[in-house]
Amino acid sequence: MNPIQQRRQEYRSLFKQNVKNRLLVDKAVKIVVFSCVIIAIIPLGSILIEVFKNGLAALSIEFLTQIPGAAGSSGGGIGPAIQGTLIIIGLSSLIGIPIGVMSGIYLSEYEVGKFAKSVRFFTDVFMEFPSIVIGIFAFLVIVLVIGSFSVWAGAFALSLIMFPIVARTTEESLKMVPHTYREAGTALGLKKWVITFRIVISAAKSGMITGILLSVSRIGGETAPLIMTVLGSSQFFHGFDTPMDALPLRIWRLSLLPYDNAQGQGWGAALVLIIIILGINLAVKYHYMNKGDNMLTTLIKNRGNRR
Amino acid sequence: MANANLAIKKRRILSDKAFKIGATLAGSYVLVVVALMAFQLITQSAPIWEEEGLSFITKTDWNAVEGRESFGALPYILGTLATSAIAMAIGVPLSIAIAMFISDAPPKIGGPLGFLVELLAAIPSIIYGLWGLLVFRIYFKDWIETPLHNMFGDNVWLFSGNPFGLDIITASVVLAIMIIPTVSAVSREIMKAVPQQQREAAYMLGATKWEMFKLAVFPYSKTGLIGASILGLGRAVGETMAVTMLIGNATGIGAIPSSLFAPSQTMSSIIANEFVEASPASLHMPALIGIALILLLIAVVINVIAHVLVTKMLKIKEGAINN
Repeated sequence: MNPIQQRRQEYRSLFKQNVKNRLLVDKAVKIVVFSCVIIAIIPLGSILIEVFKNGLAALSIEFLTQIPGAAGSSGGGIGPAIQGTLIIIGLSSLIGIPIGVMSGIYLSEYEVGKFAKSVRFFTDVFMEFPSIVIGIFAFLVIVLVIGSFSVWAGAFALSLIMFPIVARTTEESLKMVPHTYREAGTALGLKKWVITFRIVISAAKSGMITGILLSVSRIGGETAPLIMTVLGSSQFFHGFDTPMDALPLRIWRLSLLPYDNAQGQGWGAALVLIIIILGINLAVKYHYMNKGDNMLTTLIKNRGNRR
Repeated sequence: MANANLAIKKRRILSDKAFKIGATLAGSYVLVVVALMAFQLITQSAPIWEEEGLSFITKTDWNAVEGRESFGALPYILGTLATSAIAMAIGVPLSIAIAMFISDAPPKIGGPLGFLVELLAAIPSIIYGLWGLLVFRIYFKDWIETPLHNMFGDNVWLFSGNPFGLDIITASVVLAIMIIPTVSAVSREIMKAVPQQQREAAYMLGATKWEMFKLAVFPYSKTGLIGASILGLGRAVGETMAVTMLIGNATGIGAIPSSLFAPSQTMSSIIANEFVEASPASLHMPALIGIALILLLIAVVINVIAHVLVTKMLKIKEGAINN
């Protein structure tokens, strides 16, 4: 073998070794990444299994309809909490959705200049405000003023969490409507608000409904702002200016009690809450399965796509 | 005839104007709320700033007994920093790995998997708390905390302290699980924004999949990934219920994080625990509102940075595709 051939041989083996090492590293990284995915899925599985397993044991007609019993007793239920969650979701939707939709319309149809830009910026940042600070705000402007913990304060706090989500999803879905639709409306001599409501919104309906449902599922599970606004109670609803119970609050109270019965009831309440919230999410997902893209992903994607 | 047309036109203009004003008002609502919130928090926490001055931030006392009132926010600020830092250290690598997997997997696998991870985001904080308190804490204490304590407890301060399950590390791990959906969803979008040509060019040079990520995806999406992690940090800082249920709720000097297995308290959890019992007349409530103000400032700064980074990254993408 002459020296050139020898060197060639050497390089060939080096090359082979190099490729081998790189493929090994690649394989190792693949395994690590895959195990990370599994690690993230485990808590989800564990939460769902525990909630369903322990929650189903607590469920019964009495549990769903009766008022809570004395602490630690096996009787009693979460009727007021379910009723309260439904009332507070309804009331805050009544406040939050119109404001959210209108400000979405503003951002998409009337957006001009710096003011609109700052509105969008603050809407985005407000979406991420700690919910407990929003609760304190509602406490300061409503509870302190009328002098008692009330349903109004809770609904106001939750509407503040809700409206930025509705506003931004409304904006994104309105922007997806082709401009020619609006021009067709103008050509027919329609007023701007007629165009917006009859043409643009009816074309963008499904995206808006998705956003609204997601915001409802978000506020349904909010606990922190409810502590200092509706406070919680063990009675059924009796007036908008009095304290009320809600499922997340009831779960919190039950989880703090040291009795096995209370923990079982906590799981039951968690099951009811998770069924409401995952039901909404799965419905949205199913709705979009036939339609392609996910609304929230679109929202993230379009962050960079602003005029 | 001309008059009638004019009248219709006028009415049309009027109703459109009303609509425009309505929309603009709804748009300004968020600005009014933010301004009012800042004003309320500042004026309502004024007594504590007058009483303690800036030492409110550096003091460690927490005494609400009448006549001996003394409040300092330092332990809770440190508690928040410690829990969110640990949560980031655990959660961000996991999230980025998940984003790598999903952005690279075929849509048939990536789609449902991405949805599963997003479902984690839909689960309310209180249910994470309940699960953490009644399930996770038990296993975590028996399988991880106690062995670590037995092995290193005497020598390493991190693992000293009696493992009980209601402590900084439990709260941080649950917090990490809670930020995974946010961080991985945003990171995935950012990785998808890397032009396909870049990936193909890397493959063409003979790169393996991992080398492709190192060569083409990470340098390109660095800013956006940092932004995504900071977005997760914002979530972790403001998170209340799960942390409140797991952190052990110490107050005063005892709440300063001394080891991973020590109970502590975060800014949001002390508000959740004490706000309802605090009397508006005493200094207790202004102190809690002052903590809320600090929390809000931190959260806003974090979110503005994250927002700017993510937006910048996705804007670059637009430019790259159009050119």
